[in-house]
Amino acid sequence: MSKLAPTPGQTVGPFYGYALPFNKDNELLAPGSPGSIRLQGTVYDGAGNTIPDAILEIWQPDSDGKIVQRTGSLVRDGYTFTGWGRSSVGNSGVYTFTTVNPGPTAQGAAAFISVAVFARGLMNRLFTRVYLPENEEALANDPLLSSLDPERRKTLIARRDADGGLTWDIRLQGGDETVFLDFQQDGSLDLATGDSATENHS
Amino acid sequence: MPQEYTAQALETEELVPPAEPHAAHDAKKVETQADLSAEINGIKDRYTQSLKDGKAAETMPRLDYAPYRSSILRHPTKSLHHADPETIELYSPAFGHQDVHALESDLTIQHNGEPQGERIIVAGRVLDGDGRPVAGQLVEIWQANASGRYIHKRDQHPAPLDPNFTGVGRCITGDDGSYSFTTIKPGAYPWKNHLNAWRPAHIHFSMFGSEFTQRIVTQMYFPGDQLFPLDPIYQSIVDQDARDRLVAQYDHELTSPEWALGYKWDIILTGSKRTWTENEAYGDAGDEE
Repeated sequence: MSKLAPTPGQTVGPFYGYALPFNKDNELLAPGSPGSIRLQGTVYDGAGNTIPDAILEIWQPDSDGKIVQRTGSLVRDGYTFTGWGRSSVGNSGVYTFTTVNPGPTAQGAAAFISVAVFARGLMNRLFTRVYLPENEEALANDPLLSSLDPERRKTLIARRDADGGLTWDIRLQGGDETVFLDFQQDGSLDLATGDSATENHS
Repeated sequence: MPQEYTAQALETEELVPPAEPHAAHDAKKVETQADLSAEINGIKDRYTQSLKDGKAAETMPRLDYAPYRSSILRHPTKSLHHADPETIELYSPAFGHQDVHALESDLTIQHNGEPQGERIIVAGRVLDGDGRPVAGQLVEIWQANASGRYIHKRDQHPAPLDPNFTGVGRCITGDDGSYSFTTIKPGAYPWKNHLNAWRPAHIHFSMFGSEFTQRIVTQMYFPGDQLFPLDPIYQSIVDQDARDRLVAQYDHELTSPEWALGYKWDIILTGSKRTWTENEAYGDAGDEE
């Protein structure tokens, strides 16, 4: 367990629009360049309405499954694939990225893109993953996907479009709510002495 | 750079609906601060009791916090699925001085003139849960101007815009995890969560750690703000100690003579750097049972 208590998150609010977006933020490589695909989708709330003020980030390996550690995401030179991008949804709740299909990071592993979701009204960022749909054997063996029931599992797998792109919607709430991940179990953390952590069900 | 910011601000067309969704609430009834405070205090009392009953302290905001009306339809109702971070999640995107110019950390020099308001320095360190510095990582901030107005088309608060203040800054942390911004103390501003709802003055912060799982967007507040108990966003962190972690401290050592007041605020990211080995990705290949 970590020694220091973490700083709490807060909502991104409505007014990030002039701060977080930047030129070519959602173009991990130039649209139309060899190997480029479109990753797109819509962000919905619990009433099934589109959310017009969400902002997403993706972070992924390159098409060979290599995790790149190159700077230049904020000032893109048009040639360097950095693996990270940001897309604020438009008025219709739609986000778009131009990227590559991530390669598996190991032979036989399921390829996925890591996603962080921010929105006005969302108190803290949410993490999730979007998997490529093709390699069914890898998907079946994936530690995360195989820990989910089939209905929920589907929410993490993108649909392949006719043009080679990927479509993947995000539902923040509801019956078909996207699976969101807790890496830290950070909802609560025992910061006090051992005593106060003792379960005391009455 | 300043010109870029301005152009970007004017082109931005973010839609913020004028009315907040009031899913489970009667839209006709005007909700007052008293109504909201009663809700906030009810949640606070139940949390205090749960601590007395031996429950662990909470460290994060509640995703399900109805007093912030916009959260009602925007929080997951299923519990977050615990997952061990893998491969890409154990790394963070790399940012450097190609991405961020050194002058972007001074929000008071982005235009031809000096912005109005109280000049301040906000500085501190980005650390992981073990207290180790997060070096060379991106910090982004945005904020209202001194009168509580954002440069944003949908901010309809009739307070003056400041032609010399955009309210956006960036920097890359130093080897010791340090960051420093020179800016203007933001004003409080009204919002439409309920009648007479005001946000305490705050600066939005966005930070990356050494792995993507540490990604955080939050808000830094100023000490002694009388709006704290009234604000559903701040109070969505139900634990007082956790809330206090978002409040900067006035630091006279940081104050610059004849120039700017200093506020110190350290950020502790969740967890600490874990090392990914290929064995994890291969699964059983490297660790036969």
